[in-house]
Amino acid sequence: MHRVRSWVRPDALSFVFLFLALIMLVFILTPIIKTCVSSSPGTLWDTLLEEDVYLSIMVTAWAGLIATFCGLLFGVPLAYLLARHNFRGKRLLESLIDVPIVIPHSAAGIALLFVFGRQQIFGQFFDDIDIRFVDTLAGVVIAMMFVSVPFLIDSARDGFKSVDVRLEKVARTLGASPWRTFLRVSLPLAWRNILSGSIMMWARAISEFGAVIILAYHIPFLGGHPMAAPVLVYYRFNNFGLDAARPVAVLVILISLIAFVVLRTLTTREQKT
Amino acid sequence: MISLRDLKVDLGEFVLQDINLDVKAGEYFILLGPTGAGKTVLLEAIAGLHPLLEGNIFIDGKEITRLKPEKRGVGIVYQDQMLFPHMSVEKNIVFGLKATRCPKNEVNPRIADVTELLKIPHLLHREPRTLSGGEKQKAALARALVTRPTVLLLDEPLSALDPNTRERMQHELAELHRRLKITIIHVTHDFEEAEALGDRVAVLNEGSIAQVGSPRDVMRRPSSSFVADFALTRNVFAGQAKQAENGQVSVNIDGIELMVTTDARGPVHLALRPEDILLSLEPLRSTARNAFQGTITRVLDKGSVLYVTVSVPPDFVCLVTRQAQEELNLREGVRVWITFKASAIHVF
Repeated sequence: MHRVRSWVRPDALSFVFLFLALIMLVFILTPIIKTCVSSSPGTLWDTLLEEDVYLSIMVTAWAGLIATFCGLLFGVPLAYLLARHNFRGKRLLESLIDVPIVIPHSAAGIALLFVFGRQQIFGQFFDDIDIRFVDTLAGVVIAMMFVSVPFLIDSARDGFKSVDVRLEKVARTLGASPWRTFLRVSLPLAWRNILSGSIMMWARAISEFGAVIILAYHIPFLGGHPMAAPVLVYYRFNNFGLDAARPVAVLVILISLIAFVVLRTLTTREQKT
Repeated sequence: MISLRDLKVDLGEFVLQDINLDVKAGEYFILLGPTGAGKTVLLEAIAGLHPLLEGNIFIDGKEITRLKPEKRGVGIVYQDQMLFPHMSVEKNIVFGLKATRCPKNEVNPRIADVTELLKIPHLLHREPRTLSGGEKQKAALARALVTRPTVLLLDEPLSALDPNTRERMQHELAELHRRLKITIIHVTHDFEEAEALGDRVAVLNEGSIAQVGSPRDVMRRPSSSFVADFALTRNVFAGQAKQAENGQVSVNIDGIELMVTTDARGPVHLALRPEDILLSLEPLRSTARNAFQGTITRVLDKGSVLYVTVSVPPDFVCLVTRQAQEELNLREGVRVWITFKASAIHVF
């Protein structure tokens, strides 16, 4: 065998760091892998066929999707404004937008209930058009949106920031209106960031427990009354123990994992171009 | 004709003010100034891309001060081209035609016209990131020109290019202007560019216009030491290159013959860096091909170095150290010899 490269003696730092890094990796990976392999595919399949479970997964994914679309509709314009304009208090505003990420999510749920409850300020307004938020799909959607939309806004804002403002200026001198400039230049160029932000938001939304359980325990959905998936895991564990909760937990982990793999693929492809 | 009247533009750090300019129709106009003088912002203000604090802008007598950028008929090409990276060269060029709802049957002929003019039909299907600097510059020019703007704004169009490409591009711009007779406002910090391309030049300093005139006028009769500094840092001459008897090439400028090394014949520009000229009180015995006697007409003190203007005529600006100035006692009125190699002269 030919020696391809000369072997350099690792220094003490490399050894120590490698050791510490391995502990971290073991800590992250062991629970995930052990849970995933603990349930046989048969058990998983049987669990998936339970009405409580598949309705729960469907309502969670669906609510996450609606939340993400609302996030796109209202969050992308906000992100664009933040990327393109400077004003007093912008830093503060950006920090405030990220607050839902850092506060306890049960507290976030209480805060939402405080404005979206039927007697409350937004609650009354939506009550007039027959939208209520306690124990409804709408409640799950706003709970998910509140805690996960900062990921989308931050990512989209960074995307728009990376688009040179002079590209927009050139487009204007070429005869494009502000709308056309946004749709043909700014949006396509920030699209990858918006897409990865959306996936991140959706993944975060479907795994939301704290805020969701405060607003909606049972959700009327497709004739049944499923719980959001993370709530279902907790409910099964609380009432039937570890073995009953595990297959549901595995399913939730697998779905989140798939969402994340898609996200990573997209972001690595972005780096290549 | 473009007229700027009492423009005042906020640049954040300082204010661009009292900008009064008349650029004639079909003129190649140069805005010259150091980095940070507000040249780019002034271009953007003309294009409607930067808000004005005060003042008015007219194109052909019509006020456009409050007109949206897309309605002004002003094209802009930035230093780093700003081609839309997610579109091919062709889509970049088509962008303006689609935005202005150009009739379908005119689209292809207009693309063909503009790409042939710039000699880039082979680039149409390329992606911007695969183009060289010069190719990008031409693609950006094509994109701006295809919408037939009344004014073309060029923001440091040659600065980001390598020296060879820059020289070629400079010729292309001159040619383009000659053929299209379009009004061009070209921003640069390079006086050589101004001299080579500009019909007239406006020198910008600290937020206002220091001088307007032909490049030659500005160089010969600078209105301030700032302008002098900007224009005189290089010796730029125009002349006719021809074959000399001794197998070399000579260029006649204002009655004296300079030996140069070039393959060019006919009208050329010459540039000579002030630091490449040797100053002496007696003629030097050396291999340098160019030696002339002249009189010092001006000494500009820059601290450790001095710019000494020697009138042969024409005027040559030479860079000398303070020590040399003291040793040779270089003052106005002193007769001196200037000596420089043929290879030190930049021909363009």
